[in-house]
Amino acid sequence: MALIHYREIDGRSRGFYALLALLGALVLAGAAAAWYMEHNGHWVTGMSNQIIWGTPHVFAVFLIVAASGALNVASIASVFGRGLYKPLARLSGLLALALLAGGLAVLVLDLGRPERLIEAMSYYNFKSIFAWNIILYTGFFAVVAVYLWMMFERRMNDFTKPAGLAAFLWRLTLTTGTGSIFGFLVARDAYDSALYAPMFIIMSFSFGLAIFVLVLMAACHWTGRVLGDVLLARLKNLLGVFVAAVLYFVLVYHLTNLYITRHHDVERFILLDGGIYTGLFWFGQILIGGILPLALLYHPTLGKSRRAIALAALAVIAGGLAQIYVIIIGGQAFPMPLFPDKEVTSSFFDGVVATYAPSLPEVVLGVGGVALALALTTFALKVLPFLPTSLADADVDPHHST
Amino acid sequence: MSLDRRQFLGLGAAAAGVALAPGLHLIDLVQARSPEDKVNALTRWGLLIDTVKCADCEACVTACHEENGVTGHNRPATDAQWIRKVGLRDKRTGHVQTLPLMCQHCESPPCVDVCPTGASFKRADGIVLVDKHICIGCRYCMMACPYKARSFIHEAVTDQKPDVPRGKGTVESCTLCVHRVDRGQIPACVEACTKDGGQAMVFGDLNDRDSEIHKRLRSEPSSQIRPDLALNTGVRYQGL
Repeated sequence: MALIHYREIDGRSRGFYALLALLGALVLAGAAAAWYMEHNGHWVTGMSNQIIWGTPHVFAVFLIVAASGALNVASIASVFGRGLYKPLARLSGLLALALLAGGLAVLVLDLGRPERLIEAMSYYNFKSIFAWNIILYTGFFAVVAVYLWMMFERRMNDFTKPAGLAAFLWRLTLTTGTGSIFGFLVARDAYDSALYAPMFIIMSFSFGLAIFVLVLMAACHWTGRVLGDVLLARLKNLLGVFVAAVLYFVLVYHLTNLYITRHHDVERFILLDGGIYTGLFWFGQILIGGILPLALLYHPTLGKSRRAIALAALAVIAGGLAQIYVIIIGGQAFPMPLFPDKEVTSSFFDGVVATYAPSLPEVVLGVGGVALALALTTFALKVLPFLPTSLADADVDPHHST
Repeated sequence: MSLDRRQFLGLGAAAAGVALAPGLHLIDLVQARSPEDKVNALTRWGLLIDTVKCADCEACVTACHEENGVTGHNRPATDAQWIRKVGLRDKRTGHVQTLPLMCQHCESPPCVDVCPTGASFKRADGIVLVDKHICIGCRYCMMACPYKARSFIHEAVTDQKPDVPRGKGTVESCTLCVHRVDRGQIPACVEACTKDGGQAMVFGDLNDRDSEIHKRLRSEPSSQIRPDLALNTGVRYQGL
């Protein structure tokens, strides 16, 4: 393989500053939304004692899951020795850090008492998967930072493989932890399944790669760097496999529940008569997030179009958000099974489907987290050489002949 | 200076009084349930609720929220409820029941398991509480509680009771009136039910063989809500 040359992006164009200004404005809006919610208390949001985790959690969990998935491209190069992906490894590590930072910012700013975060950092209840996640998330920053250092520093290049292996194992553990937030909840019918851990891992592969492909295409396009068809075709085929794998896990999850009689009600709610959640499941998660990208990516002619690939990646992201919305909000909206065989009524909304509508500040906070991740990425591309000068077929694939 | 006998006796009595009075006061304190030495695992506080006797009233709810200063803002979705009356109707037979539902003070509380900071905790005597000073408001305990027993404080609270600290952005639930129990009193809901309700609630030490609650549980059938979760709740029901 030809030697890869990395270089910072120029970052002097009007477009660059316009992008940073836009993202910065969104970050500021997110911070203002967080302040508004903390100042008034959560009653100004759509959240309640029924829907305990709202839209901020949808964004936060999506970003955290995608963060670990974004690292996959680097893992494929370092751990599985696929040289083709090596030029992309630095960007992969950067995106992983940036997405995690964005997700954690949203998660922390939605706490009832974010100023007490020190409590969570100074005492750990090791039976709590949340406490484990605090360690896993902060550790991820350290592990990926070391990994990036090994990649950047020529003298340390020999250690890239062990560092990459450590980061890969860490990210698998991290996503297991994120999925287990729901997997370990015995109280609610929609959760309480060991399947959440592997399902979240495969979701991270898919969401993270979709974001990676879009960021890569945008970065190359806007900086005039060549992105060859060979690499893009490899990435889009991989994305297709991940999308199919997510569908498989969703299928197994629901089939298992459909087999268990006491889960029939919650399945009926999500799949059949759950209103917005049923709609989001079938149209958002399955159609837009699954079938549409598969059709686009594997279509004999469309699959070669860059627009179609970008659209497929966007669809995976939209479907992924819908999927997490159905999991988090839909899972809470379905009433808890306190008394089987009884119709339950109370002034505390027992026995009824909880209502929830995302409020503006919640959405703005969530979007602010996305903007923070993208702003960090944009800025980092300017100050450090994350991106190769060329990803043309001849530069990345030694066997390529034109 | 010289003292006659009368003065000497008078001073002596006063000195004895000054010396003994704090001691007598200490005896009172020892007999009260002071948090330091009375909370131990020999005791397991619990409730027994007879749904057959449970009247169609809200005496327990009113008393609880009065005792603990739990006031609302006329926003049912976000207002806190420490105890609520739940109506049940059997889907097949149409049989109707009503019962109070609150924190079940589990022996293995899921809220305590999931709490990252240790703010959710169980006292040695089985009472499950939230330390409002270290709760970060993550609400994972509310996701984990199978009884929907916890409330998040969605807005600033005023006029708090000295015994019952509350705060915006933290989670709270029934404390089994721990401040009253530590003074040797029974929870407000039980007192109100006995006085104004259907005499459906009994409070006591589940471990004490001589307590009424222990005798009743020993001799009469009872059940837990969601026994499938095997949480060994401190609140038991009859007639479910």
